Amino acid sequence: MLNLAAFVLALAIVGVVFEMLRRKKLREKYAALWLIVGTGTLVLAAFPRLLTIVTEFAGVQLPSNLLFIISILLLLGVCLHLSWEISVVEDETRTLAEEVAILRAIVEALPAAEEHKGDTATSPSSQ
Amino acid sequence: MNTDTSARVLVIMPAWNEAESVGNTVREVLSVGMPYDVLVVNDGSRDETAELAAAAGATVLNLPFNLGVGGAMRAGFKYAQRAGYRRVIQVDADGQHDPRNIEEVLAGLDRADISIGARFADRGDYEVKGPRKWAMQFLARVISGLAKTRLTDVTSGFRAANERAIAQYLDHYPAEYLGDTIDSLVVAVRSGCKVTQIPVAMRPRQGGTPSHNPVKAAIYLGRSVFALLFALTRKRSNIQTSSVVSQEPAAC
Repeated sequence: MLNLAAFVLALAIVGVVFEMLRRKKLREKYAALWLIVGTGTLVLAAFPRLLTIVTEFAGVQLPSNLLFIISILLLLGVCLHLSWEISVVEDETRTLAEEVAILRAIVEALPAAEEHKGDTATSPSSQ
Repeated sequence: MNTDTSARVLVIMPAWNEAESVGNTVREVLSVGMPYDVLVVNDGSRDETAELAAAAGATVLNLPFNLGVGGAMRAGFKYAQRAGYRRVIQVDADGQHDPRNIEEVLAGLDRADISIGARFADRGDYEVKGPRKWAMQFLARVISGLAKTRLTDVTSGFRAANERAIAQYLDHYPAEYLGDTIDSLVVAVRSGCKVTQIPVAMRPRQGGTPSHNPVKAAIYLGRSVFALLFALTRKRSNIQTSSVVSQEPAAC
């Protein structure tokens, strides 16, 4: 019964990720990890014996402990990845902001320079 | 325009909600009578900073949102390089820095790439107390060692840069907290820029209040050490050393 619930949940996750990808709500580079997690859960839910075998092989006492460790590491990885991505995005935004500000200053200076041709450069210093 | 900006000096003034002082400060700088152009970088202010600065005769860069002093300065340097300025100087918009000292600080560029107007160098009566003072002394000592020259005030926002330093700043001018002072200075020194300091007196601010909260000072110390450690491990930037005859500003 519990296995069935886990299977349905995993299926739902994979389904949602797939749908988001299809609607372009999720970039492929972020989806890959979630698809792997979803498929892994799906496989485990379908064959619960697999987890026991791996647990014994890895020398872990309880299968649930192995599951927890894997999940925690995965989530940690996802968090780190997102922090990194947001830093990159922030940096790009910053550069764009600088660029926009400079361009705006140039554009705003254009009609002013047109009006009084010739005395453009001397005007600020003569106060 | 490009032809005569190279002889002029760009005074960069980062300003965030400085409406009460920015107009006066800009007018004061322009009234010194030297070839200065003032660029006020309006760092996402919610008051009339931009309008007042423009009315006082400054060019205004309007950042669409607040980037912090570091971000504002980087925008200013970018503007300076594109407009072809050879020398820039950062001046606070709150009137702390005396515009009559600008020429003295700029004179430091004759022997170095970065010239800092220092507040503690036996001139003026600027004073801070407690942990904040210790933090500043500690930072000054470490960076003095790196720069192989005696610096007493590395967090001063009154500093001039030449073309070489501008190119370096554009390669690495972190927008983090304290990045505009400590981090940028350390990386500049490690990248081979020469630093010097000129003693200046500070005036009381025209607006705003300095903080003397010990908890804030402790946080300041912690963050500055953090900034310093990171700066020490960063990679050096490659400055195009077209040292003597450079027609074009170094491409970044």
